[in-house]
Amino acid sequence: MHLAYPAVLSALLFCTGLYGVLARRNAILVLMSVELMLNAVNLNLVAFDVWLSRAAKETLHSGQALTLFTIAIAAAEIGIGLAIVLAVHRNRGTSDIDKLRDTAEGPDAAGPGTEGPGTPAAGKAEATA
Amino acid sequence: MTLAATTVAASGTPGFLSPTGVEIAFLLVGLVTLGAALVTVTTRQLVHAALWLVVALGGLAVEYLLLTAEFIAWVQVLIYVGSVVVLLLFGLMLTKAPIGRSPDADSGNRWAALTVAVAAAVALVWVVVDAFRATWIDLDGPAAGTTEVTGASLFRHWVLPFEALSVLLLAALVGAIVLSRKARADAGPAAPGKEGAR
Repeated sequence: MHLAYPAVLSALLFCTGLYGVLARRNAILVLMSVELMLNAVNLNLVAFDVWLSRAAKETLHSGQALTLFTIAIAAAEIGIGLAIVLAVHRNRGTSDIDKLRDTAEGPDAAGPGTEGPGTPAAGKAEATA
Repeated sequence: MTLAATTVAASGTPGFLSPTGVEIAFLLVGLVTLGAALVTVTTRQLVHAALWLVVALGGLAVEYLLLTAEFIAWVQVLIYVGSVVVLLLFGLMLTKAPIGRSPDADSGNRWAALTVAVAAAVALVWVVVDAFRATWIDLDGPAAGTTEVTGASLFRHWVLPFEALSVLLLAALVGAIVLSRKARADAGPAAPGKEGAR
């Protein structure tokens, strides 16, 4: 098999995930797009590992080991990410990342800051606790 | 084109115009995977996005099988299709995601995101094709990723990162429990179900 096939598929999947991360508004959809990007990287790692294990007689199988580590870290990441999204949803009533602008600079940064200094600070303190 | 042809001929690898059966299967499954991924990032129905993600991740597991990395393929099915998608569906339910079309699934910077993604895709595909146009993966012979081979390399060369990873998973477990707990102790646990997936 040509190495170009998995490499091109991986590049296209990565860019699909990149579009999803940039264009989506719901935080859980952003997490799904992050999963797509991680899977694109995994496909690249596996393809290059299979190639190098034949072409260069590489016996460490570092690509496949790294793929397993990436899968485990992605599972941990999705658990922590969903816990954060649920904490934000409980404190704010939304999982819309366009509305979470407390630390944003610019003209509309004063909007969420003036509505009540107690609740966003308490929410952030709880979310990061 | 002639340069590419001479490069391919000189390196002794088959050309793109006579694909093998494995390549045709890889291409078809890759098209399905890419289509499912595109639907995942563009659909307006949140639950459908999670279900199309199952198709994309399952297609990637088939691609791993075609690349003879079978242990990775089964791990992909178990971890991603089995638990991550279930976790995402739980998250969608617990955040009261609307069933059906939600008009605000995409944010306002969709066209900027499309520009960035298309530019990145063109650059990456150009570089990758230019670099690996004549590289050939030899898939014959013993499989490169059976459970035996992967286990031997993992527990012979990668034991220390493996054990460090278990500590990281424990830390993530405790972190998820602490994050999803309610602040007051009398309110009880709020969102169980995030911990069982690992």
